[in-house]
Amino acid sequence: MPAPIRLRELIRTIRTARTQAEEREMIQKECAAIRSSFREEDNTYRCRNVAKLLYMHMLGYPAHFGQLECLKLIASQKFTDKRIGYLGAMLLLDERQDVHLLMTNCIKNDLNHSTQYVQGLALCTLGCMGSSEMCRDLAGEVEKLLKTSNSYLRKKAALCAVHVIRKVPELMEMFLPATKNLLSEKNHGVLHTSVVLLTEMCERSPDMLAHFRKLVPQLVRILKNLIMSGYSPEHDVSGISDPFLQVRILRLLRILGKSDDDSSEAMNDILAQVATNTETSKNVGNAILYETVLTIMDIKSESGLRVLAINILGRFLLNNDKNIRYVALTSLLKTVQTDHNAVQRHRSTIVDCLKDLDVSIKRRAMELSFALVNGNNIRGMMKELLYFLDSCDPEFKADCASGVFLAAEKYAPSKRWHIDTIMRVLTTAGSYVRDDSVPNLIQLITNSVEMHAYTVQRLYKALLDDISQQPLVQVASWCIGEYGDLLVSGQCEEEEPIQVTEDEVLDVLEGLLVSNLSAAVTRGYSLTAIMKLSTRFSGVNRIKKVVSIYGSSIDVELQQRAVEYNALFKKYDHMRPALLERMPIMEKSASNGPTEIVQTNGETEPSVVDSKHPPPVSQPANQANDLLDLLGGNDVVPVIQTTVPTKPASAGGELLDLLGDLSLTIPPMTAYNKNGLKIDFTFERANPNPNVAVITIHASNSTEADMTDFVFQAAVPKTFQLQLLSPSSNVVPALNQGTVTQVIRVLNPQKQQLRMRIKLTYTLKGSPVQDLAEVNNFPPQSWQ
Amino acid sequence: MEMQFMLLFSRQGKLRLQKWYVPLSDKERKKISRDLVQTILARKPKMCSFLEWRDLKIVYKRYASLYFCCAVEDQDNELITLEIIHRYVELLDKYFGSVCELDIIFNFEKAYFILDEFLLGGEAQETSKKNVLKAIEQADLLQEEAEAPRSVLEEIGLT
Repeated sequence: MPAPIRLRELIRTIRTARTQAEEREMIQKECAAIRSSFREEDNTYRCRNVAKLLYMHMLGYPAHFGQLECLKLIASQKFTDKRIGYLGAMLLLDERQDVHLLMTNCIKNDLNHSTQYVQGLALCTLGCMGSSEMCRDLAGEVEKLLKTSNSYLRKKAALCAVHVIRKVPELMEMFLPATKNLLSEKNHGVLHTSVVLLTEMCERSPDMLAHFRKLVPQLVRILKNLIMSGYSPEHDVSGISDPFLQVRILRLLRILGKSDDDSSEAMNDILAQVATNTETSKNVGNAILYETVLTIMDIKSESGLRVLAINILGRFLLNNDKNIRYVALTSLLKTVQTDHNAVQRHRSTIVDCLKDLDVSIKRRAMELSFALVNGNNIRGMMKELLYFLDSCDPEFKADCASGVFLAAEKYAPSKRWHIDTIMRVLTTAGSYVRDDSVPNLIQLITNSVEMHAYTVQRLYKALLDDISQQPLVQVASWCIGEYGDLLVSGQCEEEEPIQVTEDEVLDVLEGLLVSNLSAAVTRGYSLTAIMKLSTRFSGVNRIKKVVSIYGSSIDVELQQRAVEYNALFKKYDHMRPALLERMPIMEKSASNGPTEIVQTNGETEPSVVDSKHPPPVSQPANQANDLLDLLGGNDVVPVIQTTVPTKPASAGGELLDLLGDLSLTIPPMTAYNKNGLKIDFTFERANPNPNVAVITIHASNSTEADMTDFVFQAAVPKTFQLQLLSPSSNVVPALNQGTVTQVIRVLNPQKQQLRMRIKLTYTLKGSPVQDLAEVNNFPPQSWQ
Repeated sequence: MEMQFMLLFSRQGKLRLQKWYVPLSDKERKKISRDLVQTILARKPKMCSFLEWRDLKIVYKRYASLYFCCAVEDQDNELITLEIIHRYVELLDKYFGSVCELDIIFNFEKAYFILDEFLLGGEAQETSKKNVLKAIEQADLLQEEAEAPRSVLEEIGLT
């Protein structure tokens, strides 16, 4: 069998292949030859074959059949074999394969080899890919080598120990004794790796950290020597002596000085020295300065030093080298919370970075700019940020828009400015705005009462221009639905009012319903808006028509809404004004926030059941939910538990238990008695859930005429939840000839005293009557 | 500081060296290499040498026709990583004498040996250029001595 071709020859041959297929063919042929050579257990050429295999592996071809061969090479006595064998092991094996454990014994032997270069190979391999099992087995050997006087081996052992500790943290203790005089080494390699080892130990164990704090003076001295010493050709990089070691020491000092006054003080001077004396013309000097700044900011440094650090970062921002600018922005972002004023001084430079060509720099500049916005600079900053929003890449738009909204909310100098800013964002980046911005904005607009006319006008104009950006369209439709009356009134204080007719407005909203650009959610918004306008506009016929058309829409959501609104027109027309009333000021709280708004049937009305001091207005929404829930399951009220509780054992039988439940002796009460209308409450406990009180109201009328259009509404304090079921009728017959009953369910989980505010509306002899009352005389059993 | 891996690749995206300091399967390595190489090759010359990629920081620099790319962790000093890359290039340059991509293609195992004398477990083990090169030199000598006796015997005909 001819000798297998040499590595370089194979490489040359493969490179002559003109197509992928040709290359594959060559590789397959060679692999076959290699495989048969392996099968013959040829020691002489094994090394050459594995080397070729490694080359082919790098090209992307499978080489797993060479794994065992690597192990055989490692076990060989020849240095060449070992060299390739260990390389192969590092490339082809990984700790997921059990095969790698076979290496352990070889490595152990080689760690004790007479030739340091063999020992070096073993240490390198172990430190690069040793699994936890291997590390456990060989930690002792590594620890021994950590104490050797041979600096070539000592430095490798230190880094190998780092790897062992990373893999098996419990073994950290055993390396402690060997660290005793590591720092007194003169050899830079050992020093560097020792500092790495100490850093690793301090980062992992607070005890180690405390133990090694005493090294601070020694570290300071070493660093000082590096800076003050003259030119050392061996370690010089552009006039700086061993920058790698300097950076590593600075990093260890950072860890040791953090939260420790004494250590921080001990390193103050050297940090100032490094910060002021380091040559900044090349990257290497800036690398050291960067590490110094990070250290200064992390330890308990005095304020003068901190200002020095921030100024260094400020200079970095002006550097031509974009890498330096990037690093500066990253660091400033970390320090902007703690040293806000110092960073503010560099605000204009930071804002300039918004125009940088590099994506990473732009992103950091944007984040930093938002962090720097405050009440004083809001107008100027917002101008820059809005300009950035106009021209930036789509990947930034969502974050930028959110940032603008947040900043505007915190620092808006005036309501008008706030609304204008929102409008600007919606019109320029409207499709990138986050979904939760819509309810937030609606809440903001609702609460800016004096700006309603202005806002709805601007939004209307924006809709005329462009209906493609969904968040804008949604907010606009909602506002038009709410404030349509202001829109057509032709009155606006803030700007020139536009003249708009009711038909024009309805045209626009109907246009949204039919447009292909509108998302399903948007259609829902616009249908509801149209409905709301039925109480704000004079002519309802058009609206009635639209609503009835969509009652047969294919879109289930739209269909449901249309059907329900239709029902409003047909059967509950007397409730329509109350239901579609102007929204009250919304309380912004975490629980009433966007999530809840989204849940309630897709409407934007927040769950109003929990209002603190319930204004009667809140009740219509609740009743609306009851009525509109034709499909059942009112989202707002919690689900009444249906699990049957275990009944306490009693002497009597089932019958007696039932009776016992019924006669829970909660006496009935009169809640209201005025002008001939009397309302009594009777109580029951809802069997499955003792926290729910079921109240039945009985309304009777002692006057001579019927009370028609009778509506009973109730509201409860925040800790309660209320559910109102349908009344038996809305006519209370005269002269006590009959009662209207209605069931109220009250959930009272905190067992607080039950209180209620009720609102009664009815028509008596042609005139509408309305009354409010508090009900405080609930019997204790109803809520205990 | 944890360097997770170092990749060298050409402008056509061909891998010339891959050193992994974290345990990953061959399949995972291939995927990472492919994705990362594509990402870096797509970057314009004016962009900075750092980018965030997945949850890593990537530091890369182009020397002639080769991209040198390192993946480091969040807290690491990117600027000094650039210096590490530069030091490695200098070592290769000194060893091969004005190194070019072909040297690394035809002597890839030497490139690995040099890297393994400079870095261990992703950290620099020797900060003196001279010492790294001396160690390589000695190891190469050892390799030659190991191979020499055989060729002598062959010459005499006593294989």
